[in-house]
Amino acid sequence: MSESVNTFEAQQQGRPTGPLVQGYEVIIGFETHAQLSTASKIFSRASTAFGAEPNTQACAVDLALPGTLPVMNKGAVERAIKLGLALGSTIAPRSVFARKNYFYPDLPKGYQISQYEIPVVQGGTVSFYLGEEFKTVRLVRAHLEEDAGKSLHENFVGQSGIDLNRAGTPLLEIVTEPDMRSTAEAVAYAKELHKIVTWIGICDGNMQEGSFRCDANVSVRRPGQPLGTRREIKNLNSFRFMQQAIDYEIRWQIEQLEDGHAIEQATVLFDPDTGETRAMRTKEDAADYRYFPDPDLPPLAISADWIERVRGAMPELPRAMAERYQQAHGLSAYDATQLTQSVALARYFDEAVAAGAAPKLASNWITGEIARRLNAQEIGIEAAPVGAAPLARLIARIADGTVSNNAARQVFDALWNGEGQDVDAVIEAKGLKQMNDTGALEKIVDEVLAKNQKNIDEYRAGKDKAFNALVGQVMKASAGKANPAQVNALLKSRLG
Amino acid sequence: MSLSSSDIERIASLARLDLSAGESERMLTQINGFFGLVERMRAVDTAGIEPLAHPVAAVQDVTLRLAEDRVTEPDNREANQKSAPAVEAGLFLVPKVIE
Amino acid sequence: MTSGDIQKTQLHQLGVAQLAKALAGRQVSAVEAAQHFLARVKSHPELGAFVALDEEATLAQARAADAQIAAGTAGALAGVPIAHKDIFVTTDFPTTAGSRILAGYQSPFDATVVRKLAEAGVVTLGKLSCDEFAMGSANENVAVPAVGHDQAVPVRNPWDAERIPGGSSGGSAAAVAARLAPAATGTDTGGSIRQPASFCGITGIKPTYGRASRYGMVAFASSLDQAGPMARSAEDCALLLSAMCGPDPDRDSTSLDRPAEDYSRALNDSLDGLRIGVPKEFLGDGVAPGVRAAVESALAEYEKLGARRVVVSLPRTELSIPVYYILAAAEASSNLSRFDGVKFGHRARQYTDLADMYRKTREEGFGDEVKRRIMIGTYVLSHGYYDAYYLQAQKVRRMIADDFQDAFKDCDLIAGPAAPTVAWKIGEHGDDPVADYLADIFTLPGSLAGLPGMSLPAGFDGNMPVGLQLIGNYFGEAKLLNAAHRFQQATDWHTRTPEGF
Repeated sequence: MSESVNTFEAQQQGRPTGPLVQGYEVIIGFETHAQLSTASKIFSRASTAFGAEPNTQACAVDLALPGTLPVMNKGAVERAIKLGLALGSTIAPRSVFARKNYFYPDLPKGYQISQYEIPVVQGGTVSFYLGEEFKTVRLVRAHLEEDAGKSLHENFVGQSGIDLNRAGTPLLEIVTEPDMRSTAEAVAYAKELHKIVTWIGICDGNMQEGSFRCDANVSVRRPGQPLGTRREIKNLNSFRFMQQAIDYEIRWQIEQLEDGHAIEQATVLFDPDTGETRAMRTKEDAADYRYFPDPDLPPLAISADWIERVRGAMPELPRAMAERYQQAHGLSAYDATQLTQSVALARYFDEAVAAGAAPKLASNWITGEIARRLNAQEIGIEAAPVGAAPLARLIARIADGTVSNNAARQVFDALWNGEGQDVDAVIEAKGLKQMNDTGALEKIVDEVLAKNQKNIDEYRAGKDKAFNALVGQVMKASAGKANPAQVNALLKSRLG
Repeated sequence: MSLSSSDIERIASLARLDLSAGESERMLTQINGFFGLVERMRAVDTAGIEPLAHPVAAVQDVTLRLAEDRVTEPDNREANQKSAPAVEAGLFLVPKVIE
Repeated sequence: MTSGDIQKTQLHQLGVAQLAKALAGRQVSAVEAAQHFLARVKSHPELGAFVALDEEATLAQARAADAQIAAGTAGALAGVPIAHKDIFVTTDFPTTAGSRILAGYQSPFDATVVRKLAEAGVVTLGKLSCDEFAMGSANENVAVPAVGHDQAVPVRNPWDAERIPGGSSGGSAAAVAARLAPAATGTDTGGSIRQPASFCGITGIKPTYGRASRYGMVAFASSLDQAGPMARSAEDCALLLSAMCGPDPDRDSTSLDRPAEDYSRALNDSLDGLRIGVPKEFLGDGVAPGVRAAVESALAEYEKLGARRVVVSLPRTELSIPVYYILAAAEASSNLSRFDGVKFGHRARQYTDLADMYRKTREEGFGDEVKRRIMIGTYVLSHGYYDAYYLQAQKVRRMIADDFQDAFKDCDLIAGPAAPTVAWKIGEHGDDPVADYLADIFTLPGSLAGLPGMSLPAGFDGNMPVGLQLIGNYFGEAKLLNAAHRFQQATDWHTRTPEGF
């Protein structure tokens, strides 16, 4: 790995590997809580479906009614194994569940069942491109734990309403080393992790519904100095908020330091309305969670056999697939990464190529025209009105000269807007067939030349613009159907 | 090992117990009486001994049983909330939670 | 008693096995049996044994049992009335675990053990008083009023109303000894079945940890709590234990995968060659002379039955006291955090904000012993103390378990007193909790090791019963019950009735 991208070693040598902000180095680490896509909860068999009426999906175990006990969900463990395999981590053959003790209304037992000393997943990395740079963020660990319920404050004067439907939803808490050196890198990491967990099917990635929440630990320091005091920004559930919050926090910390104030460790919340981070009310004794192994849960054993079975059923991972696209189809790293944003997108590309589309052209269409439309309409590739096969057909028609690039865009428009999926029919119906008949074209060229002596003279005098004007005339005379390349060739041969 | 009254205060706070002054004093004496019993235990040389959690693990391997990921608990809200101190619109009401 | 001989006015003299037979043979109906015992319960409120009755609910269960008997679909224990320690949650009766913090609590589900007994046809008479959250050795730590009383009262020993019945299953032991019920469920964490059984002259057994499901038992110490039956004979205990035990994979992760057993199968096996280990630490100076005498004569009886007495050693017996109280308090301090006034149970009426609500709710709701244990438990888990206390205790726990395995190389069962003395007077230990803790010295080691243990009546010290404790190796319940049963065939201590009952 080149020096500039080896964040860890550079960090050890006190050299920054990200852009300095006002002369300060930025150090960021992330803790991400990914809700696992199991049907039932981690320690009970109540449903995890989003959006149910309050407390209709909180069974006796979730409510911590007297006498209730936890029973582990196999699907949650399997998803942890998948994550570990996807990130190249070590999967612990034995891991232990521990109680994290604190009082809060959304925590029914007065403790959260989590993992402390021995987590199920240890180590691993997440790699991604930040512009041209290849970055690798190291993971410390990922562990299984249960989500808490929700407090609702509107509609109640002086009171809060507690909904425990979410209590017990399985989470993987994914913790990185403080390897990130800029807001952009942090957001890129989060996006890559998001892509991975959705790609391997362990999390639905729905950030608005709280399926993927990030806490950012941010500190700043002058290069070469010891690490600064960090503040933790909690519960960032959109990439935009992540970027705004971290940017604000960095500027705020630098301002504090420049003004001569020390940074105090704090947990902060981001306010999207003001764009600012502010410290939460400190919870007394927040630090003493009195962790101890949960006596209701014996140690979790994961056999090598199980890991191998899961490994065998894992899909090709996005990074590996991107590399394969680069090798097999000669795509750029950037394009390959774009195409492997989701399983559905990659599948679409594969189908188009299988249907005969030139990979580079298919890539251009998908990452360009199609991506633009998907973003604008806020839909996924699964909802794209134009299927991979018609796209491939259209690309073929460009390649074989049936339509020009311009005309192709019109055809695509028509297909996208519901005018059928039959490319040839649409071309026919709109009369967009390129004129490939050289004879007819020669006739038009001659007619144009006959009427445009002035342009001919100017061209011969060295004015290239005059040539373009002639091309334009021919295109106009052919109602746009002429093949521009042929027009060029013909004019040049006529004019010498 | 002797506890002090500030220890009692700290622990009572962690445990969310509102002890009166008299209670705290009594608690201090009684708990220190108990910890008198504990010193011999602390002195035992346990080097190389693994802690024992589930007692049957003394003679056989006890590991976590895994349940199939299936929803088998239906909505039982009414029965579950029968003994709730304060409920409105299906939500448990508490004094306002300030973050 | 031959068929046709049932005197319905004396139903309370029948044990579980006899009642079950009489019911199955239609010599008495479940409704008649339930009415008889309910009347008896109501006529003896002075014991303070019951904390909840609901005649309608009981009679409805009895009618259902009668219907099943008539239809031939009844379980082995159909119509037998038993009462449940108020640590088990029940849908038909409120559950308080002896605490103000659960006053009026109605569980939406039944404990697994309650459900299994109901499936065998048992009829619930009511809920029995216990020390609050099972924390106590005397059933004096009661915070809910007993049936027939306006306020909380300590349970009284039927053998001497000035004395404790033992704890924490004191209500269960008193009810069975007074023939208010032929049997009761109890729970044993540090001796809470064995010690009250000893103090009240009845038979009780705690199975191997994990043998009976803990689902629906209000949790005290997760790695120690176990349910077990209390009755007037080993035969009855065997019937009940068979119904109570078995895996509960969907509800209790600590319950073991071993299939349910018929614990009655070996009751009559010969004791020839049985090696009974008596730990020298169990018959030292701390044991009252009358207790020692009763235990010695019981052991002599065993030798007459063919057993051989062996000296063994459990060198860390005394250490089991701090080890137990640290581990149990730590687990309890966490298990009791759910009592916060939010979802169920007591909530303080006056408070300023959320934090105040928590503090006042718990202060008002928990009794002194419970608060003490929460404090100890919180302390030993807190930052900086975990290694020295909690972790150290778990390590010594393993050493104690290993000591038992060493002893079992030389014997088949371990025997000794269940407690150093007989039941002491109500209020005698005053405000000194440590005195209570020290009295648990013989039952704690078996609890820490998770071994099955029982107590059976072995004689008297003055007027008060003395129990012989038997401890078996893991999964050795059948052998324990066999040894107890053969003793009960040769002696009659277990048939003695306290005066007035």
